Amino acid sequence: MDLLHVKRVYKSYADHKALHNVSLHVKEQSIFGLLGPNGAGKTTLIRIINQITGPDKGEIMFGKEKLSPKHISQIGYLPEERGLYKKMKVGEQALYLAQLKGMDKGEAKYKLKQWFEKFEIDSWWDKRIEELSKGMAQKIQFITTVLHEPKLLILDEPFSGFDPINTNLIKKEILELRENGTTIIFSTHNMESVEEICDDIALINKSKKILDGNVTEIKEAFKSNVFEIVFVGNMIAFTNALWTAFELLETKNVNGRMHVKVRANKASDMNELIKTIVQDVQIISVNEITPSMNDIFIQKVQEVMPETLAELEEEGKL
Amino acid sequence: MNKIILIIKREYLTRVKKKSFVIMTLLGPILMAGLMLVPIWLATKDKDLQRIEVVDETKAFINQFENTNELEFKHEFRSIAKAKAALYDSKYTSILYIKKTDDEPVVEMYYKKQPGFSTVNKIENTIEDVMRNIELNAKYKITKEQLSEIHPNVKVKAISINEDGEEESKNIGISTAIGFGGAIMIYFFIFMFGVQVMRGVIEEKTSRIVEIIISSVKPFQLMMGKIAGIALVGLTQFLLWIILTGIIYTVIIGAFGVDETTMQSATQTEQILNDVNPNLSSPHPYKDILEGIENIPITQILISFLFYFIAGYLLYGALFAAIGSAVDSEADTQQFMMPITIPLIFSFVVAQSVMDNPDGTLAFWLSMVPLTSPVIMMVRIPFGGVETWELLLSMVLLIGGFIGTTWIAGKIYRTGILMYGKKVTYKELWKWLFFKG
Repeated sequence: MDLLHVKRVYKSYADHKALHNVSLHVKEQSIFGLLGPNGAGKTTLIRIINQITGPDKGEIMFGKEKLSPKHISQIGYLPEERGLYKKMKVGEQALYLAQLKGMDKGEAKYKLKQWFEKFEIDSWWDKRIEELSKGMAQKIQFITTVLHEPKLLILDEPFSGFDPINTNLIKKEILELRENGTTIIFSTHNMESVEEICDDIALINKSKKILDGNVTEIKEAFKSNVFEIVFVGNMIAFTNALWTAFELLETKNVNGRMHVKVRANKASDMNELIKTIVQDVQIISVNEITPSMNDIFIQKVQEVMPETLAELEEEGKL
Repeated sequence: MNKIILIIKREYLTRVKKKSFVIMTLLGPILMAGLMLVPIWLATKDKDLQRIEVVDETKAFINQFENTNELEFKHEFRSIAKAKAALYDSKYTSILYIKKTDDEPVVEMYYKKQPGFSTVNKIENTIEDVMRNIELNAKYKITKEQLSEIHPNVKVKAISINEDGEEESKNIGISTAIGFGGAIMIYFFIFMFGVQVMRGVIEEKTSRIVEIIISSVKPFQLMMGKIAGIALVGLTQFLLWIILTGIIYTVIIGAFGVDETTMQSATQTEQILNDVNPNLSSPHPYKDILEGIENIPITQILISFLFYFIAGYLLYGALFAAIGSAVDSEADTQQFMMPITIPLIFSFVVAQSVMDNPDGTLAFWLSMVPLTSPVIMMVRIPFGGVETWELLLSMVLLIGGFIGTTWIAGKIYRTGILMYGKKVTYKELWKWLFFKG
């Protein structure tokens, strides 16, 4: 079942189009990656979902209902531009933000204490944010985002500015939240960083959605049938063995081992490749080279919006 | 609605708990009391006594100089050369030398320490008076005593008659003082707390918490919560100031003894009034003041003060919030501050001419225009000439103006708070007004 259904949304600002006919399905209890270069329209879409701004056209369904202000308390949002009141005390501030999300003060306090214990930061309660390190403030920020146990958690560029330890901690927490029923939307321009934890993704370029679907299926659809083989043995024998079924792409000799890339001419799988060469050379490893999300993005842009490719390269967004 | 109260509460509590608020609240009345009491204290304190040795070659001025609190004249019958030689060993601070000539006497003054401008002035006046008296006596046989007998003392009492023939006397000085005082307070309140609103908005923008908050509440709620919260801080501070000033004043008056101080403060007030309007002078200031106060529309003043105080602040507060939202740091606010500060400063500057003619055309229109009415109307009201319909119209216009600026500010704010790293121009702001939510 879809928790969020974005239907044909359009949004433009005075001088540019931010979203053009964008539709998305976000399944309940899944992790959804909203991927695309900076300026593609991700943040605008997220702001529309958060009802910070409204769409020019189109509508958004939250569960079975049309998205409305009453859903605010069911959404948790960590914006890309984030911070806290520097002079306010940690506990007071977290309580304030929780109450703004509609939580009762007592309940908020109780849950905050639990999170503080979990992250072992009880002693920070009466500290001001300005007394904390950046990494510490990030933890508080994350807690305030999830404290009200939102059904939908939206994280915009969640790992930019987070140190590696916090990044891992938060990845772990996110997986746990999904297990407990939360639906998570990740938005990032760094496509590699989330593909491993996303169930579904949507690629956005220049205000348009160019691709969406299940990560595994997309990867399968875009696989290039390229394999990398590392072996010891005679290169001529190897080439002869490939003959018709595989095309040789690249050969490298690294310390007496051959690193070779080949592409299967028809739908051959790894088993077939191994069968073909196993008698002639000593195989050390065989890997299928799967395209990265970035490669898929470029390939898809090439396919549907080739005119924007040069522009993206020029802006250094690829 | 519940959320806006949360915001107001936060804005209020974080500010009221600040050390700077506590310090300002305590220091304010001390400064205010100081402003009121220091002149009184200075007046009671003995002035520098100038002891002047008079060397009079003409012999015409003997016993003509009268000693005052500040000036003490003593005739010494010795030559100027001797007097000069003895100056540093004597108790005198200066020598007044009246040289005998065929013509007008020439007066010279030798001193150890340069006397102040006012001292020289007094000496000059004294000599002039003495010379006038001597001449009057010599030419017309009029003595000093005779002259003072015919000294006239006239005071014009302004009495207004309304259509029903009811008479009412007014003390223009009091009206001026109250009007001016009210105008100053409104002016400062708007500025002080308007700037706080602006700072608050900038703080939220630069600390980047704003997007988190507006994912929970509408930007308009956040803006209004901030403006209202800070208004309450301002009212709290003023209330505490008034109470504390009252306490300090009472304590000090108690310590000084009532009669003396009251009399002095009355003289003091009269002096202030004379400074404001030099045409006014009265031989019985204290009585007149009491009478004047009785005839001033106190209730009307209080109610309208409170109204203009709050509505004026709300009108400008919204504009200050809009400015804060459009910039990235306080340093960038200058260009946008201009159009806000100009009407405020302008109304403060023209307040003087409004007082000269409180029911004139200028006064009327400026008390209708929402940007100037909070200050100007407060200046007009104590003079009593403001018709009820004028007051109501002005209030309605101010409320309308407040709704208008809030609407504009809300539009700018909504777009501005999420806009970073962009040098905003007026053209840009204009466009923001028409963005759809």
